[in-house]
Amino acid sequence: MQRLGSPSRHRVTGSERIGPYTLLRLERGGLDPGVPGQFFLLQAPGRLLPRPFSLCLAPPGELAFLVDPIGPGTQALCELRAGEEIGVLGPLGHGYRLDVPRPLLVGGGIGIAPLPYLAEQLGGSPPVVLGFRSAEYAEAAVLLPGAEIVVDPVLVTELIDPDRDVLACGPEPMLHALAELCPTAQLAWEARMACGYGACYGCVVEIDGALKRLCLEGPVLDAARVRVPAEAVA
Amino acid sequence: MRILNASGCLDALAAPEVAAQLDAFVTKTVTPLPREGSAPPRIAETAHGMLNAIGLANPGRERFLAEHLPKLSLLGVPIWVSVGGFTAADYAETCSALDRSEAAVIELNLSCPNVDEAADSAAEIVAACRSATELPLYAKLSAAHPDIAEVARAVAAAGADGLSLVNTLRAVALDRRLRPVLARGSGGLSGPALKPVALYAVSVCHEATSLPIVGMGGIESGRDALEFVACGARDVALGTVLFADPGAPVRVRAELAAACTEAGVASADDARGLAKSPETEAKVSA
Repeated sequence: MQRLGSPSRHRVTGSERIGPYTLLRLERGGLDPGVPGQFFLLQAPGRLLPRPFSLCLAPPGELAFLVDPIGPGTQALCELRAGEEIGVLGPLGHGYRLDVPRPLLVGGGIGIAPLPYLAEQLGGSPPVVLGFRSAEYAEAAVLLPGAEIVVDPVLVTELIDPDRDVLACGPEPMLHALAELCPTAQLAWEARMACGYGACYGCVVEIDGALKRLCLEGPVLDAARVRVPAEAVA
Repeated sequence: MRILNASGCLDALAAPEVAAQLDAFVTKTVTPLPREGSAPPRIAETAHGMLNAIGLANPGRERFLAEHLPKLSLLGVPIWVSVGGFTAADYAETCSALDRSEAAVIELNLSCPNVDEAADSAAEIVAACRSATELPLYAKLSAAHPDIAEVARAVAAAGADGLSLVNTLRAVALDRRLRPVLARGSGGLSGPALKPVALYAVSVCHEATSLPIVGMGGIESGRDALEFVACGARDVALGTVLFADPGAPVRVRAELAAACTEAGVASADDARGLAKSPETEAKVSA
């Protein structure tokens, strides 16, 4: 983990649209790309609080993040242009364990973000299954050549071999369904976060039966650690 | 001028390198019994601020004293323990337990949910704590009170040694579908939006009492810290800024010299109380 201090400043090297998302490329500077599934806090221009993102790609000398413009902070990040600078802090939290014999990567929507870097770090072209809400969103699958793709109303869970070691990221209903299907899966969760280092107590999730800070415990957690709500099973 | 953290804005055990930048570390509020806190979502960003409804999540007095405080005391930074409760007896019992501990100062969180914020109630709590401990007692007040100076005078008379000003203000933020973002409904507003309110509270309490004041509310820079000192604060605390910048204590301290030069004062301490309002001048001359 990076020693905590002021965020370092990083120049934007490029920004490209991929379907409804934006791939934001930054100069890497002295930052360690970390373990896939860890996250970085990106300062959103004009906003008080930074926004957490897992690393999508780690090209030489760069760090690239996939941003879904869902609010004012993410929109400001999508509007950044090459040459502008933002503060970056990370890597933070716990990522995926890579010592799995038969990996299967599963992504839903913007949850595909950590998978390209995860696939690269695992090596050996692991199988990938991706689910999207529409064909426009599915354009993001270009980041994971060779992936199997489903579009709503087909769900990724219909393509899962439960004997595989599932490493997943996606919307909560998908993660809950995967937890039921593959109790040994490693799942990357999301929560509203102000600080990313345990200071604000904002990002709590029910982990091991109690409200715990996702930034310190996760964001990647073993499936058994998060309780699946009864309504998600039904 | 010392730089502290605002209670609840830093976990020194999770981020010791941030706590090490401070002149004193203020704990998250400790209540008699453990509290899991509010359901998520607990935070929301607003214009120039944020809301939080953490709900005083803490391990409770017994575990705090047995497990947390001994570890905190190893950090090499004076520990201020924030104490909360629902009755004066709650507060006093915790103060009594802290009296023989590693705590350097007790900050009484007098802006807890379900605690009457009337002047006599705050004073009653301070008086009960005063007889329970010899440790310095700082009373943390909310600017929501219509006359915070009156509360300040009351807690001073009851034996407080200092004031922490201010706590967050109750507020609400709505989502796209016009429902409260926070699961609890309302939360406490912090960040730059709170700064002018906090400066005023510090100013009037400085005029009303001679107690040392820890000023806080939206401090982001050395200049902000200097403004609190100019309004009468002896020390300052950083809250929300720590979330975006865990290096803020070092940065704010470094910015202070330039802020002093720009304002034409030799040091932050020389600026204390400089910001007398025309209101005050009028009172003085009358």
